[in-house]
Amino acid sequence: MANKHIVIDPITRIEGHMRIEAVIDDATNTVVDVFCSSTMFRGIETILKGRDPRDCGLMAMRICGVCTVTHFQRSIEAVENAFNVQVPANARLMRNLIQGALFMHDHLVHYYHLHSLDWVDVISALDADPHAAATEAAKWANVAGETPWTADAAIFSAMKERLAKFVAKGRLGIFGNGYWGNSSYKLTPAQNLVAITHYFQALEVQRDLGQMMTIIGGKDPHPQSLVVGGITSINDIRDPERMKLFRDLALRVRQFIKGAYIPDMYMLAQMYKDEMSAGSGAGLKSFLVYGGFPLNDGPIEQAAKLFPGGIVHNGDLTKVTDFDPALVTEDVTHAWYAAPSPEHPSVGTTTPDYTGFKNITNGVAYLDTDNKYSWIKSPLYDDQRVEVGPLARMIVGYARGDVRIKGYVDNFITRANITVDHLYSSAGRTIGRALESELMSDIITDWVDELNTNIASGDLTSWTKFDFNAVSQNAQGYGVEEAPRGALGHWIRIENGKVANYQAVVPSTWNAGPRDHLGRLGAYEESIKGLKVANINEPLEILRTVHSFDPCIACAVHVVDTRGKELGSFKVDPICGL
Amino acid sequence: MEKDLAIQKSIFSKISGIDTNKGDDFYEDLYKRCEERIDALQAVNPFTEDELEEVLVEEGYNRRDFMKWVSATTAMLMLPGFFEPLVAKTVQVLNRVPVIWINLQDCAGNSEAFLRTDGPTVDELILEIISLEFHELLMAPSGEHAEQQLENAMTTFKNEYLLFVEGAIPTAENGIYGTIGTSGETYVDHLVRLSADAKAIVAVGTCATFGGIPAAAPNPTGARGVMDIVSNKPIVNIPACPANPANMLGVILLYAMTGELPELDSLLRPKFAFGYRIHDACERRVHFDAGEYVEEWGDASAQAGHCLYKMGCKGPVTFNNCPTVKYNRGTSWPVAAGHGCIGCSEPGFFDKFDRFEAPTPFNPNYNPASDFQIAAGIGLFAAYKTATQEESAQEGYHGE
Ligand code: SF4
Ligand code: SF4
Repeated sequence: MANKHIVIDPITRIEGHMRIEAVIDDATNTVVDVFCSSTMFRGIETILKGRDPRDCGLMAMRICGVCTVTHFQRSIEAVENAFNVQVPANARLMRNLIQGALFMHDHLVHYYHLHSLDWVDVISALDADPHAAATEAAKWANVAGETPWTADAAIFSAMKERLAKFVAKGRLGIFGNGYWGNSSYKLTPAQNLVAITHYFQALEVQRDLGQMMTIIGGKDPHPQSLVVGGITSINDIRDPERMKLFRDLALRVRQFIKGAYIPDMYMLAQMYKDEMSAGSGAGLKSFLVYGGFPLNDGPIEQAAKLFPGGIVHNGDLTKVTDFDPALVTEDVTHAWYAAPSPEHPSVGTTTPDYTGFKNITNGVAYLDTDNKYSWIKSPLYDDQRVEVGPLARMIVGYARGDVRIKGYVDNFITRANITVDHLYSSAGRTIGRALESELMSDIITDWVDELNTNIASGDLTSWTKFDFNAVSQNAQGYGVEEAPRGALGHWIRIENGKVANYQAVVPSTWNAGPRDHLGRLGAYEESIKGLKVANINEPLEILRTVHSFDPCIACAVHVVDTRGKELGSFKVDPICGL
Repeated sequence: MEKDLAIQKSIFSKISGIDTNKGDDFYEDLYKRCEERIDALQAVNPFTEDELEEVLVEEGYNRRDFMKWVSATTAMLMLPGFFEPLVAKTVQVLNRVPVIWINLQDCAGNSEAFLRTDGPTVDELILEIISLEFHELLMAPSGEHAEQQLENAMTTFKNEYLLFVEGAIPTAENGIYGTIGTSGETYVDHLVRLSADAKAIVAVGTCATFGGIPAAAPNPTGARGVMDIVSNKPIVNIPACPANPANMLGVILLYAMTGELPELDSLLRPKFAFGYRIHDACERRVHFDAGEYVEEWGDASAQAGHCLYKMGCKGPVTFNNCPTVKYNRGTSWPVAAGHGCIGCSEPGFFDKFDRFEAPTPFNPNYNPASDFQIAAGIGLFAAYKTATQEESAQEGYHGE
């Protein structure tokens, strides 16, 4: 039987640029081999070299316009760690608030606007009975034990009409040319109508979250209120009106998460249970969490964390090992860089070695998959491939017996009538993200209250003073924490007040990296391998799985060091015609 | 420092900015032309007032919210009040403006900003109201199906579509730092190909306009802005990091209304948004004039909301409408959040302005000749540069 080699580029509904090449067995329609590549990079680490460390946060956050707050914080934390500066309580809380809002924003936009179309057939919703949709909405909210966000047939009816008009005009815009009608879509028309209605409603709710970030950050994306040693927006937190606005918006978001997002997950778990039992898209099943959201003051590495760090190996929940930043390395065997062996980010080098595509046949370019094929490096933890992200946080927290996390997970699997094992799947990754959003929506108002109490007690400290000249002559530090997509770390070395070396190891690098020195697949690749594709011309299942990670490739490809290197030494493959 | 400050103060106390009133004849003539244009668009395929009303109601807005938005937007576009009905009418024909949006060397920040399009209420409808034909971040199909969608849009709307470009364009090494599509087309080729049939190009964000962060020294990938690559098409630059979504919408609205691109400055920025400095409209301006400055993060002056000039604010030399338009439903803007402006909408950002938090905004080696062509700006810049040069040299800039 012949194999078909397909190329998917661009992968849309992700941040950044990614290409997937998959080899599909014609007889079984199964993915037998897969290669994930990034085809863009910018070189931000190189650009940071020689700058003032206090400028890094404002520049490093531009690595990504999506988890911008996280990069901003990690970069600033890396400098604070190098300078041995601890931020005051008000700054810790505000950083948690802005990043907590970011987590919910990111997850909501991811599920509804970037991912749901892999599970939801927009066109099928046209056949829905709005009353049946209302019943569905009420039913799943009921399973969740919550009040539905919308269970009004009139609203579903209006949405259906709107969609119908859209379609009648003959132009679907961004919904055009989707894989509508593919047999891999499992929701009923009524369920599809519920989901697409939530798609539009979520557009509005994510703006609430944007507003919450702006209350603290001054703007969003790319906020501007964090500084080495603290925060600048002290007047916003001193203002009860502002904090009330933040809190009110948070409550509305929570309502949506509980009344729409979580019920949609129960619906998904029910309708795609077969995929989950089959472990479709499970991938590596080894999970890494750096740890995130400090819950008390003092050195951030020692603080208790909302998401505890650790590593779970091969889906074994009985053992968790502690995270040790010393065991992080990056391998470039199959990435367009040169390095003799995997390197720790504190001494990491990034020397480009672009070898281009292997060939172009009938206008289609093919990656040179035996050799180098991506601008993303392959991070290793203790020389193992691992997955990072919301599911990793839920799994590691669960294995650790973290009461809060375990509560959300157990509640869900009980009501959905599934087991933890079901979570090792594409749908499981998607559910993990929703559970984390719910958790965050519950705790974030507590943080507002904590902040208000602290301010009311008269503590207006927003910044820790330090003597820049004294601390910046020869310093080294790192900021490792969690981003919405998973473990994110920045490593910095400072000499004579300037950045001497800068490296970031980010979630999508962990997950999207190509094969390593032992030929082991990265998390995306491992998860896609073995998928069965209903229609080889519509690789919906591949998209479903890769989107379940919420790829952020702009973020993953920030690494290149051409400084001091002759540009002429690049190897540009003449065949690829670049 | 105190002496320099005195010099700078005298310079920055002058108001920059553009003529906001061009006289009755001008506006009457413009009004007539817009009316004709809208009538023509309506004839093509009306998105009737009823339909708009319906959508408004569905989204939970009423006519009053809408009219409030209309008058805020009319003011932002620097049009006289009697244009308001025209602006309202224009919204009804916005779905006749096809938009193709491409992402190059970007961080998706402008797309994210666009998604959060704030402003009073009605902006929320934009996804539905404009005709977004291709947008990688939001569109359903991938791979070949996405490419086909793009082909369809380009053919159907040949010479009609607005091409929005987000991200810089890597030019080093024949463009290897960015390829897209099954054929592995470089970004440069992609941009040139898509520009050919576009009506006009809108470069959104500082990367697409002036190169932004990828172009910061040492510019490892040879990143450039759109206007360095495309020469034979009208281009509008909407810089800032990210560009304010209100300004993106403003450009689309003006285009729909007039059939033309907005009036631009020499850097191709719409004057309605970039015609005056941050400093001119800043809420902390009274403190600047009164000599009340924040000296240290979190000090008593910071708590009192004093001027951030000494903390590195680049507002005096940055052209943008942040203080008036603000962000996310008008909730805040960076200076309100207690941090100085970092000059994100200016060419040369980042190299020109770091250290961002020290009152020494300029790299002495940076060539300002192309920057401030608004006459007042040139004078300002020269004087400012002299006044701060010594300090800059001491700080030791790395940019080349
Ligand atoms: S904060 Fe900045 S823009 Fe505002 S008055 Fe002071 S220097 Fe000018
Ligand atoms: S205040 Fe300055 S740095 Fe901030 S967004 Fe506006 S122009 Fe950019």
